[in-house]
Amino acid sequence: MYAFEYVRPSTLSEAERALAAQPGAKLLAGGQSLIPALKLRLNRVPLLIDLSAITGLNRIERRGNLLAIGAMTTHAEVAASSVVKAAIPGLVHLAGNIGDPQVRNAGTIGGSLANNDPAADYPAAALALAAMLKTNRQEIAADNHFSGLFAGFAEDEILTEILFPIPRRFAYSKFPNPASRFALVGCAVAQAATGVRVVATGAGANGVFRVPELETALSASFSPDGLKRIVIDSSNLTSDIHGDAEYRAHLIGVMTKRAVDACLA
Amino acid sequence: MTAVSVTVNGKTVSAEIEPRTLLVQLLRDRLGLTGTHVGCDTSQCGACVVHVNGKAVKSCTMLALSCDGAKVTTIEGIGSPEMLHPMQRAFQDHHGLQCGFCTPGMIMSALDLVTRKGMKLDESTIRKELEGNLCRCTGYHNIVKAIGAGAQAMGAAELQAAE
Repeated sequence: MYAFEYVRPSTLSEAERALAAQPGAKLLAGGQSLIPALKLRLNRVPLLIDLSAITGLNRIERRGNLLAIGAMTTHAEVAASSVVKAAIPGLVHLAGNIGDPQVRNAGTIGGSLANNDPAADYPAAALALAAMLKTNRQEIAADNHFSGLFAGFAEDEILTEILFPIPRRFAYSKFPNPASRFALVGCAVAQAATGVRVVATGAGANGVFRVPELETALSASFSPDGLKRIVIDSSNLTSDIHGDAEYRAHLIGVMTKRAVDACLA
Repeated sequence: MTAVSVTVNGKTVSAEIEPRTLLVQLLRDRLGLTGTHVGCDTSQCGACVVHVNGKAVKSCTMLALSCDGAKVTTIEGIGSPEMLHPMQRAFQDHHGLQCGFCTPGMIMSALDLVTRKGMKLDESTIRKELEGNLCRCTGYHNIVKAIGAGAQAMGAAELQAAE
């Protein structure tokens, strides 16, 4: 790691001031992506602002038809939450299968969404569920936030809470890369009063995206039956040593079918 | 340099460190607690697993300063050569190690697993929960056996203490 300055504020307003005072400063949440990137010197920061001492950023609450999860809530906390299980059980399953137990004890939902790795799990859920991302300044619809890789927040913005409208059904299914355990392809399926959304992760270089062919089919009939016949366009998908675009296109169909099965189980 | 104060294995220690110091570097290089190992250094192998405030984490992927004020438990804090922890004893009894490099991390992860899922652990649970710990010698079979037996022994020890 290159050397950096470090602060660990105990309030959000202290964190905001530190962020405004130092151009290029980065926020540290659970550090499960940022610290490896710093260690590989892929990233160089003048100042790290550690959010772990700020209280109140890891609350999980049901508010009417919304499930609110604080940005600093760890994957392990989401996976063990009875509130999440009652509201959106598919999120418990998703959180409980990120990385490994030790990563889940440190990594956070806010860190995952802000970092928006193109193979991360949470962005798929946030877009499928049409979540709202609440920062210290505004609420951003997931639809706008995930419109491109690292679309991201403004320099002085801090993600504080994620608001998930509670759907009728939701499930996430992924095919993990056997070595890295990142999603080679993962698909999130949500059925809500506003319609059906299917979102793929791991398959596009620019991050998560909706899959209109599958959404149309599932809107007509929410069943796994017809999905096999749908051919997913592979022209914009990722090809790398782990799998080519055609393979990923095939996996989108398979993972979506499994997610629909899980929705109906 | 920044001051950090951590309670390691029950003893509060303070040090002046560079902000980029990792928890594992503080433990090994400053405090001489070399039971916690660095294997892959990329948060995959789990040789560096310790407990921070009771939860298993990879100490190669955590800044020491993030642990300021925290309670840290390392392999040195759970037993001694004369008085092995029941989980350590089970690894010995079941030949749960060959070279031993991964063992401290395996044991710290196993204890975290017992905290979360109790002392009756079936094989498939243990195998799934070992996702974050790699062993290149044993083929895992005896590690899985050792963890199941160690967890049971912890249960028996607890019962005995209660009587």
